[in-house]
Amino acid sequence: MSGPLLEIRDIVTSFTTERGWVRAVDGVSFEVAAGKTVGLVGESGCGKTVTAMSIVDLLPKPSGHVLEGEILFKGHDLRKVKEKRLREVRGGEIGVIFQEPMAALNPVHRIGRQLVEAIRLHKKVSARTALEEAVEWLEKVGIPAPERRVSEYPHQLSGGMRQRVMIAIALCCHPDLIIADEPTTALDVTVQAQILDLLGTMRGEMGMAVLLITHDLGVIAEQCDEVVVMYAGRIVERAPVKDLFANPRHAYTRGLLGSIPRLDSERKSVLQTIPGQVASIQDFTQGCRFCQRMERKGKWEHHRPPYIELTPGHWVEGCELCMEEGHGS
Amino acid sequence: MGAEMNTEEIPLLEVEELKMHFPVRGGVFMKQVAAVKAVDGVSLSIRKGETLGLVGESGCGKSTLGKALVRLLKPTAGRIRFMGRDITTMSQFGLRPLRQDFQMVFQDPAESLDSRMSVGEIISEPLVIQKMGNRAQRQERVAELLDRVGLPRSAAQKFSFEFSGGQRQRIGIARALAVNPDLLILDEPVSALDVSVQAQVLNLLLELQRDLGLSYLFIAHDLGVVKHMSDRVAVMYLGKLVEVASADAIYEDPRHAYTKALLSAIPVPDPTVKREKVILEGDVPSPIDPPAGSAFGDRMNHPRYEETVGMDLGLREIAPDHLVARDLCCLSEEDWRKVE
Repeated sequence: MSGPLLEIRDIVTSFTTERGWVRAVDGVSFEVAAGKTVGLVGESGCGKTVTAMSIVDLLPKPSGHVLEGEILFKGHDLRKVKEKRLREVRGGEIGVIFQEPMAALNPVHRIGRQLVEAIRLHKKVSARTALEEAVEWLEKVGIPAPERRVSEYPHQLSGGMRQRVMIAIALCCHPDLIIADEPTTALDVTVQAQILDLLGTMRGEMGMAVLLITHDLGVIAEQCDEVVVMYAGRIVERAPVKDLFANPRHAYTRGLLGSIPRLDSERKSVLQTIPGQVASIQDFTQGCRFCQRMERKGKWEHHRPPYIELTPGHWVEGCELCMEEGHGS
Repeated sequence: MGAEMNTEEIPLLEVEELKMHFPVRGGVFMKQVAAVKAVDGVSLSIRKGETLGLVGESGCGKSTLGKALVRLLKPTAGRIRFMGRDITTMSQFGLRPLRQDFQMVFQDPAESLDSRMSVGEIISEPLVIQKMGNRAQRQERVAELLDRVGLPRSAAQKFSFEFSGGQRQRIGIARALAVNPDLLILDEPVSALDVSVQAQVLNLLLELQRDLGLSYLFIAHDLGVVKHMSDRVAVMYLGKLVEVASADAIYEDPRHAYTKALLSAIPVPDPTVKREKVILEGDVPSPIDPPAGSAFGDRMNHPRYEETVGMDLGLREIAPDHLVARDLCCLSEEDWRKVE
């Protein structure tokens, strides 16, 4: 296979609302290479989850639609394939892990049945073999006493255990890509560490690629090879992880990195903040949206800034005001 | 602050052996069949002008402890003294004048602000309850508070749902400040907010503390935030404190195994740092039937766990102003010899 595993080109995702169409994702492009982990980071409402759900067509229906762009998975545009083929891809070649496992698991079915269903949808095996496989998977993701747990219901498990079940379901068909939407946000730090450790091990063993959506820059720094920063429905910066943390170029990325209290920063010092707030989605400008927040006028007030590649793989939305500001601070 | 402070001074708030148990009822006659030991023998103090950070995982009892401290709950046992006065068993009526001195800010401003009241009414409600000022004075105070927390004065006429999460938290803080309290219990005040907004609210809290000399009990699960805000930090595990020390000592020289595990679990926002992680097994055990001995020793399957059953696991001073649970499963050999 030539080219990246997943290549997203200029996708636009819209929702119909009472006040007309809104563009939650407005022309987003990036790639995920086989075996790599790409982090998608941004604050609530920036469109990171919508971007991910657009890939596997899990948008809320009937209001959400991908209007434009290409989603090339192994070279085929997922927007053009038949629903049947898409179903094979989703859950088969692309596994999905959601933030809230209780909402994603079926509360009235036993854990085992849900795993068996996933296995048999994508593989022709008997129910008995599938159940044996289900127990093996529970063991692999570190669930104690898997023979017993397999016949329990989701509510009988703790949050961390449920997330492990979700991971087992996502992994059981040996996907090439995992989309993990805030997989540890609802969990405590020690459990988060367990789950991230598990995902890392599995990634190493199975060689799959991961698209990790999170708002936690710490998780990004530890887990990802490349980072995509989103703001107001668009990508503002994209870079290999070390470049992004060492040399953030967009004012929004800088603001985001500066606003987290670090363990080594001076106690009770004033934290950097980003003035203003994100415009409401109906009012998004065609021009630079961070300038819109900062109430700045400039060259890119009305026109979308082009992307500039600063160093290989390090892309930034090329609004001069956003790139200049705070440089060297 | 913190370590250098005069310890002879009466602390603002002092708690001894506080217990907060909730009955679990069952059976035909709804008899009590068990108890959730949410807070199980906690002693701590908050000094004037300082921030005490309280960290722990969900279900460890930190929010319950916060509520019991300001008597939103009636403690099962123990003693709470506020400026030297025993408030443990005071009636809600007797407490009312004291409520001016301690206020609470909750995690989710959307849930803790009444959506049918205007922001002005929300902020002035504590003043009405405390019978402070007349209508005009209260309006004046609301305007002053809105300035203080960085909201426009016109906000008073609006409803809380018209505001963003960060602005709503500012409203919650303005309400808590209305009666000029000395102590604020901040229960996860920023955990529902995005990082850039979180920074704004943290800066506001620091500014208010500097200007008004407030004391804070800062409850949170985000250890980076707690370190940034606190003078001293208390670490809680399953209803008990396991370590209390200055923020620097907790983060640079943690002594208890749980504190160490908790710290190593935080992802560091720096891709060049590669750390050795302590990956814990299992979940936080249930406070309904907590282990008889060392709770964390039990989670780690420590070989000497049995020895801790029936042992006094209370806090001991291991270094000046550095307290740690006397728990042989969770201390290094050297530290254990010091407190044995």
